[in-house]
Amino acid sequence: MARRIRAAIESIGHRVIESIWRLGTAARFILLVLLKSIPSFLRFRLITREIYYAGVMSLIIILVSGLFVGMVLGLQGYETLQKFGSESAVGTLVALSLVRELGPVVAALLFASRAGSAMTAEIGLMKATEQLAAMGMMAVDPIARIVAPRFWGGVFSMPLLAAMFSMMGVLGGYLVTVVFIGVDAGSFWSQMQSAVDFRYDIINGVIKSCFFGVVVTAIAVFEGFDAPPTAEGVSGATTRTVVTSSLAILGLDFVLTAFMFRGVS
Amino acid sequence: MQRTMMDFWVGLFVMAGIGALLFLGLKAGNLTDFQADKSYVLIGDFENIGGLKVRAPVKSAGVTVGRVTDIQFSTQTYDAVVTMKVDTRYQFPKDTFASILTSGLLGEQYIGLLPGGDDEMLEDGEKVMKTNSAIVLEEMIGRFLFDKASEKKDSDPEL
Repeated sequence: MARRIRAAIESIGHRVIESIWRLGTAARFILLVLLKSIPSFLRFRLITREIYYAGVMSLIIILVSGLFVGMVLGLQGYETLQKFGSESAVGTLVALSLVRELGPVVAALLFASRAGSAMTAEIGLMKATEQLAAMGMMAVDPIARIVAPRFWGGVFSMPLLAAMFSMMGVLGGYLVTVVFIGVDAGSFWSQMQSAVDFRYDIINGVIKSCFFGVVVTAIAVFEGFDAPPTAEGVSGATTRTVVTSSLAILGLDFVLTAFMFRGVS
Repeated sequence: MQRTMMDFWVGLFVMAGIGALLFLGLKAGNLTDFQADKSYVLIGDFENIGGLKVRAPVKSAGVTVGRVTDIQFSTQTYDAVVTMKVDTRYQFPKDTFASILTSGLLGEQYIGLLPGGDDEMLEDGEKVMKTNSAIVLEEMIGRFLFDKASEKKDSDPEL
């Protein structure tokens, strides 16, 4: 019994030490990516290519999800607010929920699942098929040539995707409440405009999505670069990217919200 | 440099993203609303500001003429000192009445300015002398219950 308890404690200790070790490695890796980013900016086409794969290719899932999230918010908001006779405030509810929270957070979760996992799998597979090692042999730095453009492509794409998600959500809310249910269109927009502040709500939402973009792509490229060069290793790294990114997004969202919106209506 | 279809799609993507931000700013947000570029400051002391918050509108005749920029507590007068930025296009007489009002039953609180008849106008940094505090629902209910109880006591001397 005592041996089992000792083994369990040892296992927990080992995991904690391993996590700290890994966090340090990841921080050093991201610092290296930032230092080696200048060649990517000099050859901007590398970043453009990654914006295409991370941003443009994620558009469909972002736009469709945004529309449906907005529609559901509109429907649920109307159901609740009509009990208080304030159904015209549904525009405020939809817009504030989207630009402050759901836009950046859900778009980042979808981005992590769609683009982050693809990034990890691509880099991991390059490692497994020794393409990264071959680059090193040809004196091409794989971090500058492969990792940095992917990192910046994701960072640039994320705020634009979040803005498009929020826009589609607002349109979805309008569609359900104004077009289908019949809430007055004038009240819908005017209540929304009086409650949503450009600087506090929209810009803070954009800042949030920039943070999420950095975190998701950093996790994705690190997991890909650090993946064991086997089929199992790559699949494990891909799963870890989605799980770690999702948890990081939700945790970071709480911290950022506490900083940004504390004391503001 | 050779242009590719990928560049076109990325360009379109960036344009759509900026378009979405503009849509949010202009249609969903208050970017076109009151802009305090040219404004002057007015200060008002209120006994109780209720739920008034920074950024709340300052309205006159229902038109937004400014915004609340700061709320402090004065340790000398024990009042709330509210700073407002009012657009220079709108000038108010010195005997203007500033009240804290509520839009609708459950709406946000704002400052309503009711202009007086003075010839002299309020200037930058000047204090609005006539103020009216927010109506606090708990105080009203408490006063109503107290009045009802005392009415009952007067009509029934045995109590």
